[in-house]
Amino acid sequence: MRPILLQGHERSLTQIKFNAEGDLLFSCSKDHVINVWYSHNGERLGTYEGNNGTVWTVDVDHETRFLVSGSADNTLRLWSVATGKCLYTWEFPTAVKRVAFNEDATQVVCITEQRMGFQCAIRVFDINRREGEESNQSEEPRHFFNPIGSKATVCAFTLLPNVIITGHESGKVALFNVKTGEEINNNERAHSDVVTDLQLSKDRTYCVTSSKDKAARIHDIKTLLVVKTFTTETPLNSAALAPNRPYVLLGGGQEAMNVTTTSLRQGKFETRFWHKVYEEEVGRVKGHFGPINTIAIHPAGTSYASGGEDGFVRVHHFDDSYFNAQPYGAVEIED
Amino acid sequence: MDSDEGIDYSDIEAKYQVHLDDSLENVVVVDGIPIIDKKKLDKLLSRICKEFTRKGIPVKPEEIYMPWDDATGNNQGFLFIEFKNADEASLAIAAMHNYQFDSKHTFKINRFTDIERYSEMDETYVEPEVEEYVPREHLKAWLADPQGRDQYVTYRGEEVEIHWHGKPSQSESAMKPASIESDWKDFLYVAWSPLGTYIATLHRQGVRLWGGTSWKPQQRFAHPLVKLIDFSPGEQYLVTWSNEPIVVPDGAPQGPQYLSPDDEGNNLAVWDIKSGHLLRTFSTANENDPQSRKQIQWPALKWSPDDKFVARVTPGQMISVHELPSMYLHGKKSLKIEGVVDFEWCPLGDKDREEADQASKTPKKPRENMLAYWTPEVANQPARVTLLGFPSRAILRQKNLFNVTECRLFWQNQGDFLCVKVDRHTKTKKSIFCNLEIFRVREKDYPVEVVELKDTVTDFSWEPKGERFAIVASSDPNLGNGGPGITIKTDVSFYQLDHGKNDFKLLRTLSNRTSNAIRWSPRGRHVVLATVGSSSKSELEFWDLDFTTDESQQKANQDWGSGIQLLGTADHYALTDVEWDPSGRYLATSASSWTHTLENGYAIWDFRGQEITKLIQDRFKQFIWRPRPRTLLSKEQQRHIRKNLKEYSRQFEEDDAAEESNVSAELIALRKRLVDEWNAWRQRTKNEFLGDGKGRGKHGADSDAPEKEVVEVWVEELIDQVEEEEVV
Repeated sequence: MRPILLQGHERSLTQIKFNAEGDLLFSCSKDHVINVWYSHNGERLGTYEGNNGTVWTVDVDHETRFLVSGSADNTLRLWSVATGKCLYTWEFPTAVKRVAFNEDATQVVCITEQRMGFQCAIRVFDINRREGEESNQSEEPRHFFNPIGSKATVCAFTLLPNVIITGHESGKVALFNVKTGEEINNNERAHSDVVTDLQLSKDRTYCVTSSKDKAARIHDIKTLLVVKTFTTETPLNSAALAPNRPYVLLGGGQEAMNVTTTSLRQGKFETRFWHKVYEEEVGRVKGHFGPINTIAIHPAGTSYASGGEDGFVRVHHFDDSYFNAQPYGAVEIED
Repeated sequence: MDSDEGIDYSDIEAKYQVHLDDSLENVVVVDGIPIIDKKKLDKLLSRICKEFTRKGIPVKPEEIYMPWDDATGNNQGFLFIEFKNADEASLAIAAMHNYQFDSKHTFKINRFTDIERYSEMDETYVEPEVEEYVPREHLKAWLADPQGRDQYVTYRGEEVEIHWHGKPSQSESAMKPASIESDWKDFLYVAWSPLGTYIATLHRQGVRLWGGTSWKPQQRFAHPLVKLIDFSPGEQYLVTWSNEPIVVPDGAPQGPQYLSPDDEGNNLAVWDIKSGHLLRTFSTANENDPQSRKQIQWPALKWSPDDKFVARVTPGQMISVHELPSMYLHGKKSLKIEGVVDFEWCPLGDKDREEADQASKTPKKPRENMLAYWTPEVANQPARVTLLGFPSRAILRQKNLFNVTECRLFWQNQGDFLCVKVDRHTKTKKSIFCNLEIFRVREKDYPVEVVELKDTVTDFSWEPKGERFAIVASSDPNLGNGGPGITIKTDVSFYQLDHGKNDFKLLRTLSNRTSNAIRWSPRGRHVVLATVGSSSKSELEFWDLDFTTDESQQKANQDWGSGIQLLGTADHYALTDVEWDPSGRYLATSASSWTHTLENGYAIWDFRGQEITKLIQDRFKQFIWRPRPRTLLSKEQQRHIRKNLKEYSRQFEEDDAAEESNVSAELIALRKRLVDEWNAWRQRTKNEFLGDGKGRGKHGADSDAPEKEVVEVWVEELIDQVEEEEVV
């Protein structure tokens, strides 16, 4: 499983994302640029330029037609994946920390930072998908609300229409109705520190969250109850669910500001594979020399990529042994 | 308006009522005054008042009442004095009781209330009820464990846990904080007694000892703000030390187990463990030497191996040896040794113990206690190491040394050898090198061998029960001024006694290491070299010194050092402590949060360096194996076991096999349960979402599994290009 090293960013990675087919990998970083790569060989297909600040987040729709990005220059941008053109720009008073499409990419949700007297806000925009009218988007959000209490850090659309799941700075995980801004359900004690990542299962019925409290957890998306807990010895920045195999991938490491004071080994900059049912660690992949900020898995589960504070993306294609090995014997585990 | 009359003030009155002291606590009875008639009354009263006032208790004649015998016209030989309060009365009793008033009269002072109470005492004898005998838990019960497991204690955050150490299935907890009453909290650290019978916790109020299978409190020693403790080798006595001098507040409980006002100002206390009584206190502050106040030597009191004597050194002056249990100075005088710096008792070997046990049967006298001390160079006197017999105080051997900077005394644990590590300086005092002066204590006239080394020796360690030792030497220029990121390069060398020449010969040197700690297995043979206290290096090396099997022993004897073999290496990041278990089969390493906060926790390794368990826990502080007492098996019995090891091991192997299948069955069952639960939950959630349907998007889980596309990639490669130039 020799990794492909993607050296296209000059600063630390913030988020990486596969498209629905898994042939493309989108990466964004603090160096203001979004890159797109062929996932099978690591060749760079192109860049999306125009942001004037750290790009915190990207998402790509199911047809690989549109890309949205959220940036520290207080903009949310809609890009054409194929041409690299910026189709539309929304401006806000504060930075955009997280974006996500809904399942059929007719809507996009974004979280803006709480700063300079502005509250953390969640907005939902309709996306005009008609051919030829891509640049004609409505400026005003369809829904807008300020989540009360601790600010939201991550979010995603659930299966239910107009319901999003959010992770918060306090460690709370909650369900919001975006129409009313009402909190439908919450789990205040899902984590004891900032929720750093939230990724959904393929069928969007459960999700995995990672947190600075050194644990990752699988939640039922309706009840928000914790189903599984994976406790590591390092703050976690990202967690992803491997399709077709019963694993979760966790990445993190000593905080970037503390890294210089510790040795490489001490930093624990490894991708950890945990068995998602037995809650046991099954393996680690080394490579980064900074904390891992983001992990994404190929939708077919054949490869995964990790983006680190060190500015590299490492794409790993799983060997046959990964698919054939049955370390716990032949057991049928539902995905 | 109603007047105030209707309001009941009784509650307020009751609350603020001034209570007059109407008890008679402040009245004392003075007995034994001269019998006089009325004429001499004034003179006597003024005299008594003067005597009391002289002792600091002002008494006026008005406060004295003297009863008279009207028949004789004389007084009755006693009087009452009323003081302002009970405190003054007790002061007067303390000062004037048994006071010699004149040649014939001695004052006897009692509290008035006492006299009243004793006169009303019931004189009939009531037989005390015999308490029913409650069997106590056996303090050494853990030794009877059928699997022969060892125990260890961990202290993490505010929680102490004691575990059994065995195979994974047998590593259960022997004590959990939940099962203990709230007394196990708020303490500095925990410590085992040397034979493992008790575990001690250091609290603000003093030391507590716990033991038995349910870890009940066994004893307590009220030494407030205790910081350090030290058990005697035989677990009979305990030494406690606090940096704060003892203060005994008024009204403190009194008794043999408490500190008394006489102990005020001292900070070192010796206790009897079984009775809990305080034996004696000392002060460690040395008035003559202000330097010694900065750092105390610990243990401050050194025990003879048989618990009969305890000695302490007054640097530069003397060694004071006290007898136990009286704690009197032995022979009523200290050993006056000009310039003495340090000393060590000779430990008792297994042989000595056997001899001591048989001393009653055979006329042969067991070996006397011995202590070794050293004195530095003073004026024209050379430095000197002395071997002294005790209690005979006979000097057995003396060795003069020159150009000495520092000496350290290392006894081999059987008392066979004494090594004096002498740090010597060259004439210019610029560089330091090292000599090892090795006394062979079991031989006649105590011959001394010298091993000369060019480098500075930072650590020295005898093999337990062996004739080998290991040293860590370093010629690194950074030695002595280490800082963050500086790792000192060291060489580790092993030496062995060569019986042919009767000297210690180098077995092997392992050069260019970073190891700074030597840990011999308590059984000898195996040794671990560790790099402790470094932030960049944390290696562990597991060595076997007798690797060659028995058949080739003959050959090994000819070839020095060939039996030394590295069994394995390991790494425990930022480890601070390394400790062998009592059996010498396992090694524990720990990183304590007292030293740093990086990756605190502990790991247990086997003697080959294979990791058995590793736990990283925030706020981890302490890991200590529970010591074991000496084996009760005789030499013959041990030999017999070693000979028939195969037979014994068969049974254990069977147990292991059974155990293993048991464990895996359990684990499989657990995993099956987990999988079933998971699948059930998945099924439920899927049905739920499929059931209400409306939540399903166009791109559900079923549709997004496209056929795998095969993409052919044409790669054009230029293998090699050679331009051929045709020369015409």
